[in-house]
Amino acid sequence: MIPFLVYIAIFVAAFYVVSYIAQKTAKRDYTSLKTVTFGDESAVRSNRAASFISIVTLFVIWGAFTGSKMLPGFMHAPGPFFGDTSFTYTAEANGQRDDAEVHFRVHRPDETPEPIEIDPGEGFAKNDSELVVAWRSKLLRVDRNDEISKSDGATVVAINGEPIAPGGSVAVNGGIVTLSDKGTPSFEPDSGLQMEPIWLPSPEGVVLRTVEIASTGFQGSTLWEHLGFSLYRVLLGFLCGALVGIPLGYAMGLSDWFRGWFDPIVEFMRPVPPLALIPLVIIWAGIGETGKIILLFLAALWIMAISARSGVSGVKISKVHAAYSLGASKWQIMRHVIIPNSLPEIFTGARVAMGVCWGTVVAAELVAAEKGAGKMIVAASKFQNTDIVIMGIILIGIIGFGIDVLMRYAEKILVPWKGKG
Amino acid sequence: MSGLSIDNISMRFDLPDGGHVQALKDVSLDLQAGELLSVLGPSGCGKTTLLNIVAGFLAPTEGQIVLNGHQVTGPDAERGMVFQQGALFEWMSVRDNVGFGPSMKGMPSKEKAEIVDHLLDVVGLQDFKEKAVYELSGGMQQRVSLARCLANDPDVILMDEPLGALDALTREKMQSLVLKLWKETGKTIILITHSVEEALLLGERLLVMAPRPGRIHKEYRLPFADLGVGQDLREVKKHPDFAVKREEILGMIWDMEEEIMGRSEDAA
Ligand SMILES: Nc1ncnc2c1ncn2[C@@H]1O[C@H](COP(=O)(O)OP(=O)(O)O)[C@@H](O)[C@H]1O
Ligand SMILES: [Mg+2]
Repeated sequence: MIPFLVYIAIFVAAFYVVSYIAQKTAKRDYTSLKTVTFGDESAVRSNRAASFISIVTLFVIWGAFTGSKMLPGFMHAPGPFFGDTSFTYTAEANGQRDDAEVHFRVHRPDETPEPIEIDPGEGFAKNDSELVVAWRSKLLRVDRNDEISKSDGATVVAINGEPIAPGGSVAVNGGIVTLSDKGTPSFEPDSGLQMEPIWLPSPEGVVLRTVEIASTGFQGSTLWEHLGFSLYRVLLGFLCGALVGIPLGYAMGLSDWFRGWFDPIVEFMRPVPPLALIPLVIIWAGIGETGKIILLFLAALWIMAISARSGVSGVKISKVHAAYSLGASKWQIMRHVIIPNSLPEIFTGARVAMGVCWGTVVAAELVAAEKGAGKMIVAASKFQNTDIVIMGIILIGIIGFGIDVLMRYAEKILVPWKGKG
Repeated sequence: MSGLSIDNISMRFDLPDGGHVQALKDVSLDLQAGELLSVLGPSGCGKTTLLNIVAGFLAPTEGQIVLNGHQVTGPDAERGMVFQQGALFEWMSVRDNVGFGPSMKGMPSKEKAEIVDHLLDVVGLQDFKEKAVYELSGGMQQRVSLARCLANDPDVILMDEPLGALDALTREKMQSLVLKLWKETGKTIILITHSVEEALLLGERLLVMAPRPGRIHKEYRLPFADLGVGQDLREVKKHPDFAVKREEILGMIWDMEEEIMGRSEDAA
């Protein structure tokens, strides 16, 4: 909740700051001279400063609420309590009272420090020393070394001199002491506003883990093998889908019989999400490579068939007529008119299909796989390796985005006539 | 025998709702080789349908087209077509568009290159040879269309409102170009237009068609096309006969339009 409020505050503040600066340094280009901008889509240009600040803000908030070492300390949200603290408890037994101290050393989950050396002290209640993991509360069997233990009738009646009853709690230095219903005190160190690494690791934690996984691997495969396997499946599945789907789409665009025969199948399969096919594919082909390739083949097939079909139907009849009047044969029309005319549509379809395939492969690997990006993140989540999960999600996003950028680039190079007909 | 004979053509479209449209009724016309015919008429009178039948894209319900002694049964390189717009292949350069016909015939590339170069010179696009067609203006694109058609050396050139989408100035230049090409190549040309002036300027013969059913209303033989070759077309328009003919034909078409309006009002 607090990170969200901080985010909104930065959003608004950055807007005013950037607008103010922009006003001071205004350019006089065409769009800036438009008086009607609200509702003129072409006047809405993505504000680069906003994009930049947006990304920086995400990382800063991430770092601030995870105590990142890349941020100076004053930018951190209040963190959990670390270090040594203590409180005094008062035990009562057989009408007598005695005080004893409990010393804590609150440490990070991944550290195992030495316990604090203490001397047991006077009286029947003896001093205790405990190690406490930050963010975790700890039940304190303070009576276990006392001369009169709880089972002998000793009860804790005060903390730091403040009387306490079962169910009550007292704030002490560095945390809160609560007395359970059965009279056992527990200590909960102050958690502050930062996230525990097990929920959300710091950015550098994720980066370090990425570097580590990239060199030593995870679950018997290196990071590149995991990602490479996913990519390989996508490419192979997409290629098979395109190899069958495009000719099928052409046939549907050129022949009544093919159109009639396959229309019901294609129109029925199109709205079925590929993820819904995973169970059936697993039953039929098992969880190995074949099953995944079949799934991705099916994911790409209908999209490619439909885009090829509409690419053919979209050819302007005057172009076909012109080609016939220039003496072209049917085959030449196919080769020189219909195919090039349909390429832009096919590229658009391929972009969609690649996106769907990438999503499908990750989902399929989540369900069952030996290697792959999806497999890596489910395995990591079972071991609570949140840093690997986050790294995996970021890499999956980057690769998906990269595929799209590459496809758009290829489109620009290979079909420069797109939309120019 | 040489020449194009449109022999008693009728065309009836059956509509999905069970009715039908009589797009053409008993249209007959003979064209000598090398004649330039312009066709005029209110929209919907069957001009495009007639041209598509001559091109071989449509089979008439009655009648036949005979070119140089043989019957037309489908599209063929002997009958070239120039469309209004958007019929160029945008995935090819200007050069490849113009060379399309020769390529399809498998002409050796040297010979083809000569033809393409010559025609690009004729239409004044030599400098744009390597450009993509979508980089050209509308007028330049139509010049590419003309060159592409001529590269195939057809006997008959069919044009369906080829200049309809151009601005007035470009249009005037293109009209001169069409006249020049007609005189130089001696092709038989049928040109559809909805501009009376254009029909007068470019038609050695002029056909006015009437709608419902589409038929030939009146035919003219005109001197203006011959006068216009190698002359400023604005001079031709000053010819005393020109204004007379223009008014006469405009009135004719005006009456037809009124009649159509009247009929649809009756129906309503
Ligand atoms: N494929 C078709 N199906 C049904 N009616 C058609 C078809 N093509 C043309 N028509 C009709 O035939 C008539 C003539 O059309 P067209 O030849 O396009 O006229 P024009 O080119 O003179 O404007 C119109 O009434 C049109 O609606
Ligand atoms: Mg028409």
